[in-house]
Amino acid sequence: MTRVLELTGITKRFGALAANEDVSLHLDRGEIVALLGENGAGKTTLMSILFGHYTADSGLVKVEGRELPPGRSRAAIQAGVGMVHQHFALAPNLTVLDNVMTGTERLWSPRSARAAGRAKLVALSERFGLRVDPDALVADLSVGECQRVEILKALYNDARILILDEPTAVLTAQEAEGLFATLRQMTAEGLSLIFISHKLHEVMSASDRVVVLRRGRVVAERRTAETSRAELAELMVGRKVERPARPPATPGKVLLEGVDLSLAGHGGASLHGVSFRLRAGETLGVIGVSGNGQTTLAGLVSGLYPPDAGELLVDGQAVRVFDVPHAIAAGIGRIPEDRNAEGTIGDMSTWENTVLERIWSPRFSRRGMVRRGAARRATEEIIRDYDVRGASVDGRIRLLSGGNMQKLILGRVLDAGPDILVAAQPSRGLDEGAIAGVHERLLEARGRGAGVLLISEDLDEVIGLSDRICAIVGGRLSPAIPADRADARMLGLMMAGDWSAAEQMERADAV
Amino acid sequence: MRFERRDHPSALLTVLAPVGAVLAALLVAGVLIAIAGANPLRAYGLILKGAFGSRLGLSEMLTRATPLILTGLAAAVAFRARLWNIGGEGQFYLGALGVTAFAMVPAVAALPGPVAVVLCLMAGAVAGMVLLLVPLALRLRFGVDEVVTTLLLNFVAVLFVSLMIEGAMKDPLAFGWPQSVPVPDAAVLPKLMARTRLHIGLLIALAMAVLVWWLQARTVFGIRARAAGLNPRAAAFAGVPLGRTLVMVACLSGGLAGLAGAIEVMGVKGYVTTDLSPNYGYSGIVIAMLANLNPLGVIAAAVFSAVMFVGADSMSRALSIPSYIADVTVALSLLTMLVAIFLAQYRIRR
Repeated sequence: MTRVLELTGITKRFGALAANEDVSLHLDRGEIVALLGENGAGKTTLMSILFGHYTADSGLVKVEGRELPPGRSRAAIQAGVGMVHQHFALAPNLTVLDNVMTGTERLWSPRSARAAGRAKLVALSERFGLRVDPDALVADLSVGECQRVEILKALYNDARILILDEPTAVLTAQEAEGLFATLRQMTAEGLSLIFISHKLHEVMSASDRVVVLRRGRVVAERRTAETSRAELAELMVGRKVERPARPPATPGKVLLEGVDLSLAGHGGASLHGVSFRLRAGETLGVIGVSGNGQTTLAGLVSGLYPPDAGELLVDGQAVRVFDVPHAIAAGIGRIPEDRNAEGTIGDMSTWENTVLERIWSPRFSRRGMVRRGAARRATEEIIRDYDVRGASVDGRIRLLSGGNMQKLILGRVLDAGPDILVAAQPSRGLDEGAIAGVHERLLEARGRGAGVLLISEDLDEVIGLSDRICAIVGGRLSPAIPADRADARMLGLMMAGDWSAAEQMERADAV
Repeated sequence: MRFERRDHPSALLTVLAPVGAVLAALLVAGVLIAIAGANPLRAYGLILKGAFGSRLGLSEMLTRATPLILTGLAAAVAFRARLWNIGGEGQFYLGALGVTAFAMVPAVAALPGPVAVVLCLMAGAVAGMVLLLVPLALRLRFGVDEVVTTLLLNFVAVLFVSLMIEGAMKDPLAFGWPQSVPVPDAAVLPKLMARTRLHIGLLIALAMAVLVWWLQARTVFGIRARAAGLNPRAAAFAGVPLGRTLVMVACLSGGLAGLAGAIEVMGVKGYVTTDLSPNYGYSGIVIAMLANLNPLGVIAAAVFSAVMFVGADSMSRALSIPSYIADVTVALSLLTMLVAIFLAQYRIRR
């Protein structure tokens, strides 16, 4: 085994916070190392130091035995290190070939060596099975294809060490499978890989070795074959985490009913004739591959837009006015799909973010004037009751970590005691500890008799929390099947649009 | 070198940033004064003396600051909600024209003084509002960029004023000069200092600054307007009626600029001409930026600007430095302020 990369004693501080503390790490040729850790454990900081985005306070980076000068990305690239960022850095108005070649040629060279570039790109994409049309516009590509282009870009720069920052965060399960197959192929060709992740199952299935970071320190290193999900989870969080178990449901009356709802998508997929029933004290899970109408369904139930056709019944009454205050007043609590873009306003204070959606209520305003005292008190209570760490009432909310931001959102929603809870991707991007906390809250709401509409792409989450499960495919909703009779194969069929088994089950139950 | 966003921009820094910016601008302008052959310190001393050293200077400075406070507020409230109203100049002129036209109604002159004044001020504000609601409607309905429409409407507004004062509203007693008929005495604002041009418009402007501060800091409208500006998608999710909120912001912004024009006519000039405003509308944008969009800061920024302009006039007479140095200094202070705002929010790392 040749050692291709070695990080020794890396320390990096931001003010009082030690993002990395004496971190050492090595990578051998042809190896896949997973860098596992919760959000904020220092994974991205470490890789940014390796790649020269940050300068370490102390420590050494050696690539193939040679020390890299700190803080110089170009040196890292020249030494054969490539980085695939979580958020793609591609120009959508250029072709794949242009994107890959950008930055590889000198600005003043009289002509572009496009023919040679194309030949190299095609050769690379064949060698690694990364199929993509060099002349396609990046804007027309799917997310998975964009990622392929990012990887090709790194390979085009003759990368021998590839770092992937949360590569599956934006991919569907199938795309992730494909990616891991590609990664294997790349190591067979002599490349060495580090991928950053906080998802245990993909670490287990795709890596040779796992390095676990916690609070900026390496807490453990394991050969993947010799460890287990449970052990890694414990190492990562520092204590045993178990997702809460779902007690049996006691469904009551129908709280929310959709009858043949149709809605042209507002920037997302459309809904076509969607019908469902949500009872008190149960969780209805909606699974599906992203982009099949989840966003539109959540927006409709959240009061953002009225349906084009069909009816939504809350407590048996047809909803006439579709707007947010009416939805909230009708007892609908809403957990938005995207915390940062939709759920919070980063540059406003915690208390403003907490009360904004209920600012019209007499509790928080009177004759157009904000009752700041009441608003701040309510926020203080939520911060305390929901254990929102790092939040101050007047501090900007953008300073909160994802998990704490989600706790605050849960707090502001559940504080109103909603009868119906619409949770869209409630644990997306959160780490294990935070996910368990979110799940506990959702089960708690169900336990006190609320109906929970859980829209999620995370199969484990839906199976773990839901009493009944349906799939959303192309804007249509499948029949719901009882969760205890759902297995991975059945759900896979439902997500692929094959509903015959689910329909059979529904008919059998009706008899 | 790289920039990192500060997690907690300190209050001290937020206050010091504009002060530092103004000092830096004065420093650079001082170099220009030195090149023009005068002692910069002496020049600045004369500017201060010109603006504060006499009853007349002080009153002139405050008279100048009055419309600047209002146009500064107009820009600040709009920018807070990310409504890029560059049309303060046009709204100012339409406000001036609106009040004059309203005052031509014979019944107005017969009204008791305070009633006439209040109605006239409102007429001016409404005229300003209307001019901003048009581009806003285009933005909300068709997604037309309001930067372009409000800016271009400035020229339309001034030409419209020109049309009116050469035609329907032309003063027959003005020896052929293009100016409107004067507003009746009932609509003239009382003086604040005898034998000067300073009028109670200053108090109105100050009251407006406090009112805007209160609206932004204490009311549901204020929170919603800020939310709509900072993150429209999240604001919509939280139930903020985006369209309605922006219409209210536009009414406030256009109304303030229109009010500035009305007050200038009713307090200083008495009639409308096409040179009523030495770019008060555009200066308002600079002042709003200098104030970091803070309504109370607008007062300080407007006074700074007025001191430079009024003081530079008397300084240039004494030292024969062109009074354009005032334009240069104010413009420089805008640039330094933009840098200062940035530095207050980010820290530099190597």
